[in-house]
Amino acid sequence: MTQGFRTPSGGRIDRSVELRFSFDGRYFSGYAGDTLASALLAHGVHLMGRSFKYHRPRGVIAAGPEEPNALVQIGTAAHAVPNLRATQVELFDGLVAESQNRYPSLERDIGGLSDLAAPLFPAGFYYKTFMWPAWGWKRLYEPFIRHASGLGRAPDAPDPDVYAQRYVHCDVLVVGGGPSGLAAALAASRAGARVILCDEQAQLGGSLLNEPAGEEPGWREATLRALAQSPLVTLLARTTAFGVFAQNFVGLVERVTDHLAQPGIALPRERLWQVRARQVVMATGAIERPLIFPGNDRPGIMLAGSARTYLNRYGVKPGTRAVLATSCDEAYLTAHAFAQAGIPVAAIADLRVEASAAAMAARNAGFDVRLGAGVIGTAGRLRVGSVTVQGSGGQRETISCDLVAMSGGRTPTVHLFSQASGKLRYEPGIGAYVPDADTEGMVAAGACRGVSGLESVIADGEQAGGLAAKRVLAPLQTRKPKRSQPPFGSPAELAKLPEGKGRAFVDFQNDVTSKDVAQALREGFVSVEHVKRYTTSGMATDQGKTSNINTLALMSAGLNSEVPDIGLTTYRMPYTPVTFGALAGAARGTLFDPVRKAPLHDWAEAKGAVFEDVSLWKRARYFPVGRESMHQAVARECKAVRNSAGIFDASTLGKIEVVGPDAAVFLERMYVNGFRKLAVGRTRYGVLLREDGFVADDGVIGRIAENRFHVTTTTGGAPRVLAVMEDYLQTEFSDLRVWLTSTTEEWAVIAVQGPKSREILDGLVEGIDISPAAMPHMSLREGRVCGAKLRLFRVSFTGELGYELNVPSDQAPRIWEAIWEKGASLGLAAYGTETMHVLRAEKGYIIVGQETDGTVTPDDVGLSWAIGQAKPDFVGKRSLARPAMKAPDRKQLVGLETVSSVSALEEGAQIINSAGRKSLGHVTSAYHSATLGRPIALAMVAAGRARMGEVLHVPMPGGDLDVRVVSPVFYDPEGVRLHA
Amino acid sequence: MLLIPCPYCGARPELEFSYGGEAGIARPENPAALDDAAWSRFLYERTNPRGPHDERWRHTHGCGRFFNARRNTLTDLFVISWKVGEAVP
Repeated sequence: MTQGFRTPSGGRIDRSVELRFSFDGRYFSGYAGDTLASALLAHGVHLMGRSFKYHRPRGVIAAGPEEPNALVQIGTAAHAVPNLRATQVELFDGLVAESQNRYPSLERDIGGLSDLAAPLFPAGFYYKTFMWPAWGWKRLYEPFIRHASGLGRAPDAPDPDVYAQRYVHCDVLVVGGGPSGLAAALAASRAGARVILCDEQAQLGGSLLNEPAGEEPGWREATLRALAQSPLVTLLARTTAFGVFAQNFVGLVERVTDHLAQPGIALPRERLWQVRARQVVMATGAIERPLIFPGNDRPGIMLAGSARTYLNRYGVKPGTRAVLATSCDEAYLTAHAFAQAGIPVAAIADLRVEASAAAMAARNAGFDVRLGAGVIGTAGRLRVGSVTVQGSGGQRETISCDLVAMSGGRTPTVHLFSQASGKLRYEPGIGAYVPDADTEGMVAAGACRGVSGLESVIADGEQAGGLAAKRVLAPLQTRKPKRSQPPFGSPAELAKLPEGKGRAFVDFQNDVTSKDVAQALREGFVSVEHVKRYTTSGMATDQGKTSNINTLALMSAGLNSEVPDIGLTTYRMPYTPVTFGALAGAARGTLFDPVRKAPLHDWAEAKGAVFEDVSLWKRARYFPVGRESMHQAVARECKAVRNSAGIFDASTLGKIEVVGPDAAVFLERMYVNGFRKLAVGRTRYGVLLREDGFVADDGVIGRIAENRFHVTTTTGGAPRVLAVMEDYLQTEFSDLRVWLTSTTEEWAVIAVQGPKSREILDGLVEGIDISPAAMPHMSLREGRVCGAKLRLFRVSFTGELGYELNVPSDQAPRIWEAIWEKGASLGLAAYGTETMHVLRAEKGYIIVGQETDGTVTPDDVGLSWAIGQAKPDFVGKRSLARPAMKAPDRKQLVGLETVSSVSALEEGAQIINSAGRKSLGHVTSAYHSATLGRPIALAMVAAGRARMGEVLHVPMPGGDLDVRVVSPVFYDPEGVRLHA
Repeated sequence: MLLIPCPYCGARPELEFSYGGEAGIARPENPAALDDAAWSRFLYERTNPRGPHDERWRHTHGCGRFFNARRNTLTDLFVISWKVGEAVP
């Protein structure tokens, strides 16, 4: 297929490398250096998309990231990326591209019907519709809107690509590789600063690339060579700076392989650079504005500067007969470029009444320049076919053409400066906002601060780069603010409410027209924040790059106030869309969160344990034998523990070594219990409160020596408890001589519980007399087991005779195996967290976070006995004295028996009485008890302790269940088995 | 990504730190002597200023020390930091 719209020569493309690509299933050819947009234009293909709301046929208007219309999907299946701007897609051999938002095809889109129904869809129509009938929302409107909305389709398979991330520091980050950016980078590096320069394009040079190749003095090549040779400079092409965060922390996304036909597996698809720059030079250029006139959105109507770019940079003629519409001088450059390339210019409609120098020159050169004239209408369905121009005297003429180049002036790209909290000031001279004074960390250079003319922007960049480097080495340097000059001469006139019939588009991507803005103002939305959100102008993926200033101009005309008085909405990152992949990097799947494995994890896994997540830990939940269900496994494990013995990995519990002359004093101040009189070799069940009196954590605390305590915490609470202890120690009790060490991972904890537990450990444990008299319940001894260090606790969370062996973690597997072997003949069974939960519930032992929720006092859960009454103060004590903390109707821990149901209650179920449906409390834990042969539950019920024997109800979807309030201790209330 | 100036380690990214609430709120010497209103003020009332705010921070993933810092709640920038026990600047 011939490229009928290529210039015979010229452009920065490599005509010796021909590339094949497909667009909507049709095959085309292009050259290396093309974008998808330029290659399609070379074939005369202008129709590239359908607009969001009205499904109007659209073509490219721009040549860069500001393109609002030509959104395409590149790639297929899981590699597909939707909503890419065809103007930024680098062509490669085999590229597959699809247009979006059309069915069944671009040329014949059924969505075009909504264009006919346009009067039904003005701004904010969704605030006034879809309300009746009420059932219609769920079944009709929402599914339809979901289906119709959006532009592209996200892939529905997991992303197979790899994304990398880097953190770098530099002295000066230069954003933008155009003339001022290159000059800034060179100046900064010559001053000795380490420089990173990034540019979103594949080649560095910015606007220099858009002028005819060969007419340039060679400055670009020389500068690039110097930069590439400097060891202080890192050049990043294809890299967009998408956001500035606190203190010059800048996010860059580098597109590493999207332009490669065969990426291979060694490279990431994208690379996220997180740069901490001491100074940033913003050299981001300026983006051209469209004109607002009825029908300004047809394919073939494009920005004048961009049309010139297609001609000069890509060697593409965007049409065969052009009309130029302008309110500034830039369009005249394009007129000359068109003429030189053999594209006849039928007319130049200049909105300005006075002729500028450029207009006069064009007239003298033979162009039909009409002053005070503007376009009031266009025609053509899939391509513009003609425009209607109204002259200064009111006379109208329809001119046939297939190309309209429009220019409304240029808007400096100030996003990053604004994100860095830089102040902007409105420059009437160029009709846009520019950076006001430099910020402490950022300077702007070149067209983005209103400077124009090649020599001037280069000089401005040099100055900015030098300044940035100086600031790195010395205290703050400043410059006097520069007066902004309009690009290419006389200032542009700002957009006005257009004349003529038909819709004049302001925001192309979101299909917002000047009528929508007028309607918003009419309805009272006069704040710029409201107009933006009500009309959605500036809210599409192009973030209003070509529409924001025009919207302000329309508001200014409609409200009769100056643009600076209207204000600006906030510039937010990302500058252009960033993939989730780049931000996620390697933190996906199994690497999203670290997985913490307990010392006996491998043994449990080999035994076929089913695991559950307890914060970041994997804990064995139950050990099914054969084809057991969870219910069966848990019943068997429970019976084994109560009848013979069970072995359990309790290693995830937090452990803190509290050491020092004031260790006991410290623990007394932190916990509710007394500790000074706790004898060496004894343990105590500690309860930790918050200062507001509510239970925060619990755990057994053992006294190893006069000055040394082994404190345990819940699994999830370990880091929090240590943090709280450190807080009080460092900032409140700094006079105490205590040191805290986290030992959670140092000690593995092997629990051996059950009537046979002593028998099993007898002979394995060395240097400790474990007879009942020598080692009573709640005592601890130091010794050895299997030759390894041992802290043996006689504690029980099951209510049976039991021990917890604290051994060094790396020794745990072989010690466990030894116990397992010894216990085989005695009926030792492995049990998991589910059984652990059931057994403790049978004894009424609470679990912090299950029975408690941060609003529960010790008395609420029957732990008043733990409070050391003689202590004058401890964390939370004062709060317990509040009347509300002793109110009789507070929720209290009770047990529940089902009256007739044989199924366990549901945790979280509410509890009511016969008097009404008001909730008295809820079920906190519920299990089937194999020991008792029936369901049991723990619950928090208002005034629970006064309700013993009372029958209450648990409302469930199938009806109310009757429950009886009982003691929370279901099994062995005297504790006989504990003290065996 | 805020840089927080730890007086022991220098400026480090905010990810390494935990916030510790308003600074300069000493736990009463004798809580039993306070009435409920005064105790409630200690537990819950904070200055919540718009502008410079003296706060406690802990360098959790660093030296582990608590320190004080003055941060502007409008601009989110840290003005100065000082060690526990040093005079308030």
